[in-house]
Amino acid sequence: MTGSGDTSKDMDLKLRVWRQRGPKDDGAMVEYDVPAVSPDMSFLEMLDVLNERLTLEDDDPIAFDHDCREGICGACGVVINGIAHGPEVTTTCQLHMRSFTDGDVIDIEPWRSGSFPVVKDLVVDRGSLDRIIQAGGYISAPTGTAPDAHAVPVPKDDADAAFDAATCIGCGACVAACPNGSAMLFTAAKITHLGLLPQGQPERDSRVLDMVGQHDAEGFGGCSQIGECTAVCPKGISLSTISRLNVDLLGALRSTYAK
Amino acid sequence: MTADSYHVVGEPIRDTKAPAGDIKDRWDTRRFEAKLVNPANRRKLSIIIVGTGLAGASAAATLGEAGYQVTSFCYQDSPRRAHSIAAQGGINAAKNYRNDGDSIYRLFYDTVKGGDFRSRESNVYRLAQTSVEIIDQCVAQGVPFAREYGGLLDNRSFGGVQVSRTFYARGQTGQQLLIGAYQALERQVAAGTVDMHTRHEMLELIIVDGKARGVIVRDMVSGEIESHFADAVVLATGGYGNVFFLSTNAMGCNVTANWRAHRKGALFANPCFTQIHPTCIPVSGDYQSKLTLMSESLRNDGRIWVPKAKGDARPAADIPEEERDYYLERIYPAFGNLVPRDIASRAAKNVCDEGRGVGPGGLGVYLDFADAIARLGLASVEAKYGNLFDMYAKITGENPYQTPMRIYPAVHYTMGGLWVDYDLQSTIPGMFVTGEANFSDHGANRLGASALMQGLADGYFVLPNTINDYLADGPFVPVDETHPAAIEAKQLVEDRIATFLAINGSRTVDSFHKELGQIMWDYCGMERTDEGLRTAIAKIRELKAEFWRDVKVSGVNEELNQTLERAGRVADFIELGELMCIDALDRRESCGGHFRAESQTEDGEAMRDDENFAYVAAWGYGGEDGKPILHKEALEYEYVEMKQRSYK
Amino acid sequence: MPASTLTKHRATVRSTVVLKAIMAITGLVMIGFLLAHMAGNLWVFAGREEFNDYAHHLRTLGEPMLPHKVLLWALRIGLLLSVVLHVYSAITLWKRAHVASARKGGTRYHTSKGQRGVQRSYASFTMRYGGIVITLFVIYHLLHFTGNQIHPGGASSSPYDRVVNGFEIWWVWLSYVIAMVAIGLHLRHGLWAAAASLGANTSPRRRRQLNTGAITIAVVITVGFLLPPTLILFGGIS
Ligand SMILES: Cc1cc2nc3c(=O)[nH]c(=O)nc-3n(C[C@H](O)[C@H](O)[C@H](O)COP(=O)(O)OP(=O)(O)OC[C@H]3O[C@@H](n4cnc5c(N)ncnc54)[C@H](O)[C@@H]3O)c2cc1C
Ligand code: HEM
Ligand code: HEM
Ligand code: SF4
Ligand code: F3S
Ligand code: FES
Repeated sequence: MTGSGDTSKDMDLKLRVWRQRGPKDDGAMVEYDVPAVSPDMSFLEMLDVLNERLTLEDDDPIAFDHDCREGICGACGVVINGIAHGPEVTTTCQLHMRSFTDGDVIDIEPWRSGSFPVVKDLVVDRGSLDRIIQAGGYISAPTGTAPDAHAVPVPKDDADAAFDAATCIGCGACVAACPNGSAMLFTAAKITHLGLLPQGQPERDSRVLDMVGQHDAEGFGGCSQIGECTAVCPKGISLSTISRLNVDLLGALRSTYAK
Repeated sequence: MTADSYHVVGEPIRDTKAPAGDIKDRWDTRRFEAKLVNPANRRKLSIIIVGTGLAGASAAATLGEAGYQVTSFCYQDSPRRAHSIAAQGGINAAKNYRNDGDSIYRLFYDTVKGGDFRSRESNVYRLAQTSVEIIDQCVAQGVPFAREYGGLLDNRSFGGVQVSRTFYARGQTGQQLLIGAYQALERQVAAGTVDMHTRHEMLELIIVDGKARGVIVRDMVSGEIESHFADAVVLATGGYGNVFFLSTNAMGCNVTANWRAHRKGALFANPCFTQIHPTCIPVSGDYQSKLTLMSESLRNDGRIWVPKAKGDARPAADIPEEERDYYLERIYPAFGNLVPRDIASRAAKNVCDEGRGVGPGGLGVYLDFADAIARLGLASVEAKYGNLFDMYAKITGENPYQTPMRIYPAVHYTMGGLWVDYDLQSTIPGMFVTGEANFSDHGANRLGASALMQGLADGYFVLPNTINDYLADGPFVPVDETHPAAIEAKQLVEDRIATFLAINGSRTVDSFHKELGQIMWDYCGMERTDEGLRTAIAKIRELKAEFWRDVKVSGVNEELNQTLERAGRVADFIELGELMCIDALDRRESCGGHFRAESQTEDGEAMRDDENFAYVAAWGYGGEDGKPILHKEALEYEYVEMKQRSYK
Repeated sequence: MPASTLTKHRATVRSTVVLKAIMAITGLVMIGFLLAHMAGNLWVFAGREEFNDYAHHLRTLGEPMLPHKVLLWALRIGLLLSVVLHVYSAITLWKRAHVASARKGGTRYHTSKGQRGVQRSYASFTMRYGGIVITLFVIYHLLHFTGNQIHPGGASSSPYDRVVNGFEIWWVWLSYVIAMVAIGLHLRHGLWAAAASLGANTSPRRRRQLNTGAITIAVVITVGFLLPPTLILFGGIS
């Protein structure tokens, strides 16, 4: 709690930050000088330091979303120099200033998507992702009705693959990075997680139909397999999940309409 | 001065809901005796649930499914981001899938003993009983627990117990469990049984005719102060470790909901019981905003040491073997690096206090894998701990394969919380408290992988079987915004916000929070003394006065205003901090995570005083300038014999 | 609140995923045509008679079972349908993407950095513009060879002569080069994307294989088409 380390490596940076008062206001990029940034700071701590100063200068501190600061809650996320979550393929909170060099000008903007309206500055409304889950991103298992956990063995490979997909933190970087503003990687991660497990089979068709329907109703774009999403995804959700979603959806439509 | 000058003693308190009889049957008995609500009537009954962590989301999903009208709140932009998401290690359950001698009774026994005999036997036994159903429920929801090649669930041993009863999902168990509960919750949102409000912070409780009937929340986007009403209120608002500013908790974790309820009459139990986790990444500078936990599993293969000489600033590699002090192995030869959390933490503090700490500020000890790498090979160490090593490298910029990691203890969990009875009902009728927010099951020290278990037990199984006993008397008389109690509560919130904005002082909210944290860490952290606690109380009182005189909150209420949000939380933390110190001062024994320097054995181990302190300290609010009122709930042990812990 | 299941599912029939599947299938049909067309063009090397025969054969395909040109028209209609569906889906998705990426009134991100993304290929940037170039090319191409309305280098009733006459002029050749490069790029991303959209991208390894395959076929088609015109220009065929 005391003693900052070595200050000889400190950097002077210039930030250009998107400032927007509220959802209906216009925004603009505003410049700030941030001197003496320690390379050991996290990106958000650097913003904290700037905000402390802005507060004392009677300026409005920059609003940004964050909570766990350890890369798991998915709350944080800004576009840094045009790249969602910045240069290190991690969450913004896990990005450290040692990834930058003295004198850098860093451009910071919110996620941009028609389905993520800006709330203020760098904060956006990602409720659309929750609504995609509401549409079908679950297994219906009312409390108390479950059989013994060992009643249904799950092949380890399936369990591991389901886990890989289940690690999505719902940050929305995929949407911010996708040139089409598609949330397909997010949606596909859930389809894959639940679709690989035996417990997820009964609702598999309706799940994909409902979730894709909601994805589109929210106004997200379609996926044209550009792959930026997976390249910035802090949890490395695989692009194959999207192929899987497509197969599931086409299969579900076939079985729904063949009847 | 005596301790008494800071508080007054009130009537003893008793849990009237736990049935008597054989401990194995108590939960059955209670479920049988509790009044039921018939399904048709449930639609007419409403429940407010604040918090969407494991405890809140599971309760909302279950009660929504049961047919009640549920309204749910969280301060994040999505219920999925509650801090339960961050739990790494795993969740305990007495499944005995390993056939290694585990049983409900053993889990019960371990938990009571691990809690250093400051928890209730009835509650803990029920927790162990329900643990079994939790795993079933989660698997049915699609939680991808680790599995073995045969397709069955894998288990590991965790937190120094001798059986393998911990279910896990890589290092992200909390995330997977929470997503399971979140999905169940969202399913109910779609079904219309749960009305979900994100970015809404509860700032006040509404009590009508002595019953909890609603909450005042602030819409964090528009600033609107809203009143919501229901037949019962559930707080599932998590722990208050952030009173220390630096902790492994998320930045937004707070005590506000609980503290507001406390000020309205809910007793706050054992506030000073905090758990300090030994393996966290040390602080690197003044700007530091939070501390990151490194999984405890690292202690299985890493060796902990510091230089023998004070102020030895050589790089680790240059310190020869004979000049290193593997202090845990030296002091606790039987358990070595695997001693329980509180013991490992205190030992690290001691060596650093002696001036032998390493890294910036001398607040760190080495966790060295050189031996493990030599013994097991680099590849095997990498396979086991690779992701943790990567995380460490990312945060510190150092390569832990080459130089030993530096670790230091950090505040991690709070065992204290609002007092509840066996039904999880607080001292305010109609207000229930679940998860880390209540004090119930862990006594003075929580075992690893037991918090997730408790949160889900409360939310999926306990509350849904006890809240009906209260609701069966409802629906209660309708109340709305025009009720004097609602008007008053709302006014209170609005006035407070207006005050924050009007002070326009010269210090930031965070500067107060950091100062409070430093006081708490120095005097109410790993080691507490009579004198230190008195100093702390005086300092906190000064800090409080200065806060209300000199804090600077910019902006207005009618917008997203993160400074304003923090100001409210810090104001409550300051008051809580004082109560924690008062509680710690009164408890002149050492137990679990609470170490009073005055109460130790000759060789420096914690010494309980069962004669005088085998009670839950449940504190009543004493008014703005009054003294808190101590109500004691006596603890009796019929099944587990009280023994002094020893890890030598 | 979600609408009734049926309406929701009906919406899913028109979803982005289905549109993408349509693009993929129609795209693959067109690629099939292109491969055949390219192979056909290589008959130029066989000489005048053979090439004219091939062109004639196209019209008499299926005879005598089917009347003159019926199969050709069937193929044409299939192809035309593919083009229409492909373009319709492309435009629909383009519009959606435009709204979804918040490009309202300006560029999406204000920064000038990182506009190339992290890993995306040049081909993926140019799909839509490439599509327009291809459309313009096809119109021009049909007027030139099928409709015979324009005849640079001299009109002729012999397809062989039209081809040879046309490509002896450098700018005709150049216009084809530009179009073929556009097609090559379109197919480089298009083939991979079609395969992935139809479910073939099952693993990172498969992703690499599909991309290699897409590049190979795109190069084969581009080079294959450009061989005759280039040889004609440089005098290899006359
Ligand atoms: C880093 C870390 C690792 C851990 N690892 C483990 C582990 O391996 N095993 C284990 O058993 N335990 C572990 N724990 C402990 C465990 O994660 C927590 O105790 C538990 O998840 C708490 O759950 P909860 O539902 O009570 O609260 P939380 O998950 O904290 O949820 C609190 C909820 O309340 C809401 N809230 C709070 N205040 C307000 C307000 N004023 N108004 C509106 N909403 C509010 C929040 O939005 C949130 O939704 C770990 C803890 C940490 C910090
Ligand atoms: C005529 C005008 C054309 C236009 C406007 C056009 C447009 C597009 C666009 C925009 C895409 C990307 C899909 C997306 O963004 O979602 C695409 C994909 C594709 N195009 Fe075209 N194209 C045209 C012609 C062609 C032709 C002539 C061929 C083949 C010979 C072709 C083959 C493909 C293929 C295979 C794909 C991949 C399908 C997919 O993305 O799943 N296109 N086209
Ligand atoms: C160098 C490249 C090309 C050459 C030399 C070439 C040559 C020809 C010739 C000679 C014909 C007339 C056949 C006839 O009517 O008898 C023709 C028709 C046609 N070409 Fe090409 N072509 C080339 C590239 C392409 C490309 C890239 C496309 C599509 C993108 C294309 C699409 C067509 C179509 C649609 C027809 C009409 C077929 C029909 O009769 O229905 N061509 N081409
Ligand atoms: S898929 Fe990846 S980028 Fe998208 S929300 Fe999930 S974690 Fe974030
Ligand atoms: S970047 Fe977009 S186009 Fe598809 S592959 Fe990813 S969603
Ligand atoms: S703050 Fe939680 S992921 Fe970054």
